[in-house]
Amino acid sequence: MKITIGGVVKGGTSLAYKTGSWRDQRPLIDLDLCKACGICEEVCPDNSVYAEDEIYYIDYEYCKGCGLCAHECPVDAIEMVLEEK
Amino acid sequence: MNGERGANKEALFVSGHRACHGCGLALAVRHILKATGPDVIVVTPTGCLETFSSPYGYSPWRVPWIHHLFENAPAVASGIAAALSAQKRNNVRVVVIGGDGSTFDIGFGALSGMLERGDDVLYICTDNGAYMNTGGQRSGATPTYSSTTTHPVGRKSMGKPQLKKDLPAIVADHGTPYVATASVAYLKDLRKKVEKAMTYHGPRYIQIDTPCPSGWGFSSELALEIGRLGVNCGLVPLFEMENGSLTRVRKIRKKLQVTEYLKAQSRFKHLLQEDGSEYLKELQEIADQNIAKYALITSS
Ligand SMILES: Cc1ncc(C[n+]2csc(CCOP(=O)(O)OP(=O)(O)O)c2C)c(N)n1
Ligand code: SF4
Ligand code: SF4
Ligand SMILES: [Mg+2]
Repeated sequence: MKITIGGVVKGGTSLAYKTGSWRDQRPLIDLDLCKACGICEEVCPDNSVYAEDEIYYIDYEYCKGCGLCAHECPVDAIEMVLEEK
Repeated sequence: MNGERGANKEALFVSGHRACHGCGLALAVRHILKATGPDVIVVTPTGCLETFSSPYGYSPWRVPWIHHLFENAPAVASGIAAALSAQKRNNVRVVVIGGDGSTFDIGFGALSGMLERGDDVLYICTDNGAYMNTGGQRSGATPTYSSTTTHPVGRKSMGKPQLKKDLPAIVADHGTPYVATASVAYLKDLRKKVEKAMTYHGPRYIQIDTPCPSGWGFSSELALEIGRLGVNCGLVPLFEMENGSLTRVRKIRKKLQVTEYLKAQSRFKHLLQEDGSEYLKELQEIADQNIAKYALITSS
């Protein structure tokens, strides 16, 4: 990689590094139980939960499988299952 | 670009950073930037945040960000604030996000200078209670009787024997207009404090409790849970000080014993063995003193 003066790097370039490969547990959202409160989105350290039209999705390209979203979900709508690749 | 969907479309700190699973510090940074908005320059001394957000060519920052030395964040921030002021760019603000080692210990002299000069910088210390990036050595912020790699537990040691340095009080004594403590366990409160700090000019200080699964020894889904236990047993008081006076505290609704907090983390597990009881009593006293000092419980 070319080194720039001052080591300046463009913002947002970490998106090229897919931390989803770190995951050994996979969060699964049960949309029948989900109340769309958004707590899972709030608590994810990896920006890996997002909503579209009030439906919540996990971004598996980056999710590291920490389990915070599942642990904090007030209605237990997220289950962590063993990742199989 | 890949990953531009969902949460990363609007974010100022995006995915692909290399923090450990369930890192409280990475979560804090997301919410700090939600509260500041995009018109900031972030200054970060050496530490976990710097390391996990700066492999060359892979930056999660979508605001201008600079890393310098471990010990000089306040001086770098002051210089940037002075340059912005000379250019009359009053719309851009300077925010430091630095660890407890750099804030409480090695950068402390520079911090004191920044505060005393009254420079227009919001200084945020993300407190994980040790030098985590280098393996968990003791800092001035390490809580009493925590085991660290430089104060390991053994026949003659129960972990760090000293008290945690009361840095918020020291910062407030510099005449700093806004000082607050926050926790990733209460994210809305955290964002509100950052938003409020942004309305002030001059130096401001926020210390955020950022539970660290790798260093504290708990499972990766528990950062907020551990944060809540710390706050609700009194060991991690949350308050605001404006112009030197305590103006608001987060009340404890249901007081927990310190053992509830300690037993959940391996850095304190030696205290729950037979010979730990007198040390537990001391830690309970520290929590009770905090509760009295900050009036954390409303007497009915
Ligand atoms: C002058 C100097 N001394 C020591 C180091 C090694 N060092 C790098 S990061 C670090 C620990 C950082 O601890 P802290 O500020 O608490 O941040 P954390 O990693 O815990 O978030 C140390 C000791 C250094 N980079 N520079
Ligand atoms: S498991 Fe962790 S990384 Fe994955 S979506 Fe949930 S909170 Fe985010
Ligand atoms: S060591 Fe702790 S603070 Fe550092 S990246 Fe890992 S979890 Fe976060
Ligand atoms: Mg630290």
